[in-house]
Amino acid sequence: MSSIETLGRARPVRIPRETATALSLGFVVAFLSVVVALPMAALIWESTKEGSAGFWEVVTSPQSLAALKLSFGVSLVIAVINGITGTLIAWVLVRDEFRGKRVVNAIIDLPFALPTIVAGLVLLALYGPSSPIGVDVAFSRTAIVLALLFVTLPFVVRTVQPVLHELDREMEQAARSLGASEATIFRRIVLPNILPGILSGVALAFARAVGEIGSLVIISGSLPYKTEVASVYILSRVESGDRAGAAAIAVVLLVSSFLVILGIGVVRRLTTRHDVAQARA
Amino acid sequence: MRPATLGSRTRRHVLRWTALAYLLAILVGPLAMVFWRTFENGYDAAWSALTTPETVQAFKLTLLITAIAVPLNTVFGVVCALAIVRRDFPGKGLLNAFVDLPLALSPVVVGLSLFLLYGREGWFGGWLEEHDIQVLFALPAMVLATVFVSLPFVCREVVPTLREIGDEQEQAARTLGASGWQTLRRITLPAIRWAIVYGVVLTTARCLGEYGAVAVVSGRIQGQTETATLRVEERYDSFDVQGAYAISLVLALLAVLVLIAMTVFQRKEETA
Repeated sequence: MSSIETLGRARPVRIPRETATALSLGFVVAFLSVVVALPMAALIWESTKEGSAGFWEVVTSPQSLAALKLSFGVSLVIAVINGITGTLIAWVLVRDEFRGKRVVNAIIDLPFALPTIVAGLVLLALYGPSSPIGVDVAFSRTAIVLALLFVTLPFVVRTVQPVLHELDREMEQAARSLGASEATIFRRIVLPNILPGILSGVALAFARAVGEIGSLVIISGSLPYKTEVASVYILSRVESGDRAGAAAIAVVLLVSSFLVILGIGVVRRLTTRHDVAQARA
Repeated sequence: MRPATLGSRTRRHVLRWTALAYLLAILVGPLAMVFWRTFENGYDAAWSALTTPETVQAFKLTLLITAIAVPLNTVFGVVCALAIVRRDFPGKGLLNAFVDLPLALSPVVVGLSLFLLYGREGWFGGWLEEHDIQVLFALPAMVLATVFVSLPFVCREVVPTLREIGDEQEQAARTLGASGWQTLRRITLPAIRWAIVYGVVLTTARCLGEYGAVAVVSGRIQGQTETATLRVEERYDSFDVQGAYAISLVLALLAVLVLIAMTVFQRKEETA
C-alpha cells in the first residue's frame, strides 16, 4: 500500500465500479428519456385525448385509411422485392469475381449516405417528366416503389453478405458431389443458413419503407387516395393544424415500428439458439 | 442422370449482370442524372444558384446542427454500448429496443412528437412561453430531432466490437491497479476507436441528410430555420429546379465523401 502511495503522483479519485455503473446508466437513461421517451409519451398522450372512439374515427377515416393501406401495401411489395434482389446482389458480391467489384460493393451504401430528398429528386430526373430515356412514372405508385427500392437497397445486402461470407462451402461441395443440382443446393443448404439474415434485412427495409418521407415528397406528388403515403399524410395533417389526427396515424406507425424491432429480436434470438445447438452437436 | 442445367459460367454471368443492371437502374443512373442536370445550363448558373444568401445560410445551419448532434450522439453511443455489453442491469432489453427505435420509426413521427411536446399546447409549451424560450421552430427542436434520428449508429457499431474484443485486457488492467477511467482511456477506447469513427461517419451522414423530422419542427423560415435538405424542396416547389439540383449535387458530393470514409474505416476496423 505504502509503495503505491510513495509513487508521489496524485492518484485519481477512485470511483467504485457500482457507482460508475450507476452513473453511466443514469446518463444513458436521462439522455434516452429526453430525446426518445418523453416525445413518444407526448405523442401517445395526444392520441388518447379523444378516447378510443375518437382514435378509431381518425384512423379509419377514408383518407387516412387509404394512406395507411398504401404505406403498408407498398412496403410489403418492397420487402419482397428486396428479399430477392438483396440476396442476389449479396450473392454476386460474395461468390462472383469481376473487375470493379470493390466499387460496386462500396456504392451499395450510397442510399444510407445520400439525403433522401436528394434521392427523390435524382429519381425524378431520370424517371420524371423530363426523363432522357422516355420513362415518366412521376406522381404514380410506380414512382413510390422506385424511390423506396432506392432507399432500402442496402438493408438485405448488408445483412446477408456477412453470413454468406462465413458460410462453410464444404457442405455445398459435398451436396454437389452427391449429385444435387445447384437449385437444390441453394434451397436446401444455402437458403436455410442465410434466411435469418434475409428476414432481418427485409424487416428493416419494411420498417424503413413504412416510415419513409424524404424521397417521396417530391416524386410521389402526394395525391390523396392515390399516392399519399402515411408519413406524408401526417405531415399534411400537422401543417393544417390537426394535431389529434396526426398523432393517431403516428401512433399506428409507432406500434408497427416496435413490432418490427421485436420481430428482429426474435429472429436474432432464434438464430443464436440455433448456433449454440450446432456448436454443442 | 443429372438434369441438364445451365453451364455454371452462363449462370454466373446471368446473376452478375442482373444484379448490376438492377443497381444501374435504381442507384447509379439516377445519381448520374443529378450531375448532368446541375450543369445543364453551365457552370455559372449552378454556382450562382448555390451562392444565394438563403442557400448559404441553409448549408451553415445544416453544418451547425450536425456539429452539435454528432458529438452528443458519439458520447451517448459509447457510454450506451459500454453499458449494454459490460454491465448487467434489469431492463436491458427495453434499453436495446429504445436505442433501435429510430432505425425503424418514421422521421415524421419523431418530428410530430417533439412538436406535441414543445409546441404551444404541448406539455412544456406553456412554461417555455412564460420564460420566453423558443424551442419549436428554432435550433433546439431541430437539434433534438436530428439527435433522435441519428441516435443508434455509434452505439450499434461499437456494441459488436466490444463483444468481440472481450474484457480480459480490461480485467488485467484493473487487477494491475488501473482505475476505471484509466482502463477506459488506455485499453477500451483504443480498441474500439475505428468502430467509433465508423459510427461517427454514419451519424454525420444521417444528420446532414435529415429531412422528415426537421420538416415538422423547423417551421421552414427562409434564411433562419431552413436546412439544406429543406432548401432543396423549397427551391423545387418554387420552380427553381436548377437551384434544387445544385444544392442536391453538393449534398450528393458530401454523401460520396462519406462513402469513401466508410470504405476506408471499414477496412481499418476489419484489419485492426
